[in-house]
Amino acid sequence: MHEWALAEAIITAAQQIAEKEKLHEIKEVTIKIGELQQVEEDILCFALSQLKPASFKNAEFHIAKAKTTLKCRVCGNTWLFSKNKLDEDTAEAIHFVPEVAHAYIKCPKCGSPDFEITEGRGVWLENIKGVR
Amino acid sequence: MDPRTTVINERLKRIGRIIAVSSGKGGVGKSLVATTLALALSRRGCKVGLFDLDFTSPSTHLIMGVKDVQPKEDKGIVPPVVKGLEYMSLVYYSADYTTPLRGADVSNALIELLSVTLWSALDFLVIDMPPGIGDAVLDLIRLVKRIEFLIVTTPSQLAFETVKKLVSLLQNLKVPIIGVVENMKMSKAKSIRRQTETLGLKFLAEIPYDLKVEGAIGDEAKLLDTVLAQKVKEIAKGITEIARN
Repeated sequence: MHEWALAEAIITAAQQIAEKEKLHEIKEVTIKIGELQQVEEDILCFALSQLKPASFKNAEFHIAKAKTTLKCRVCGNTWLFSKNKLDEDTAEAIHFVPEVAHAYIKCPKCGSPDFEITEGRGVWLENIKGVR
Repeated sequence: MDPRTTVINERLKRIGRIIAVSSGKGGVGKSLVATTLALALSRRGCKVGLFDLDFTSPSTHLIMGVKDVQPKEDKGIVPPVVKGLEYMSLVYYSADYTTPLRGADVSNALIELLSVTLWSALDFLVIDMPPGIGDAVLDLIRLVKRIEFLIVTTPSQLAFETVKKLVSLLQNLKVPIIGVVENMKMSKAKSIRRQTETLGLKFLAEIPYDLKVEGAIGDEAKLLDTVLAQKVKEIAKGITEIARN
């Protein structure tokens, strides 16, 4: 249910952009979700539908999923994150704070925990379209 | 756009005062002072939260002996009440594992926790900061509108030189500083007090080096019985009286 807090942040951010761009009615909001955070898409969509204000009444929310790419800072190895390799508790910890991945995941090539999350960390507001 | 930063001040709006306990360098007793301050404010009848933002070296859970608690998930993360405090730390998620984080990761984790943690209506939120003037300090100043700092040092001039840099940053950015605490004092020297006052800051207390503190780690009742706690209780009294006036 932590998706509700993220949905609230998305709506607040979209409202701020709409105000800045002088959009009276929002038609489309595109959100990117990084695989690392394992956000439950159904819960996020439901929360968005419940939290949206009047100016978002006819807005469509598009959710694009992004694979998570990790790059080792020591040996340069690049690999894709896979939730399937984690036990339930670890996956849940990373769901709440993706950075704790550094406590549980190591570079499969050299074993270093010093890696960069180059893509697909968490929730990102990609685009917003509306009518002025 | 990262949407998370837009809700941070909304999450903190029911909190009276937000006090970041900070230091120029590590090893000065900042986490002990932060934890004891939170406990002392709570024992004075205030509603208090304690937030451990020292992500790579968290210790407030060890100081209080926190065991077998987890936040609840309810449209966000609800911190559990521990020893009378609403208590939040990355250790709920990183457990005892070493968690090496670079600056960008520290910022991301900090923004995540600030944006999803649902504090109740508190009189005070005490934040145990990482030492120095790195990403966490800069992010808190950037993101938390009502932040104020309480600085811990030791009698060492080396420690105080790093305090001067922290103070210079905060004063340039017009961030309120409650004052400076001199911890682990072993002589009657007044040098730190004088230098603090020269910087235009309030000298809050001198805390003698207290041998009992080490034996009180993990037991908040014993901790509140130390000389350190007696001094911190006086600081808490001063802070609550300022809050009331």
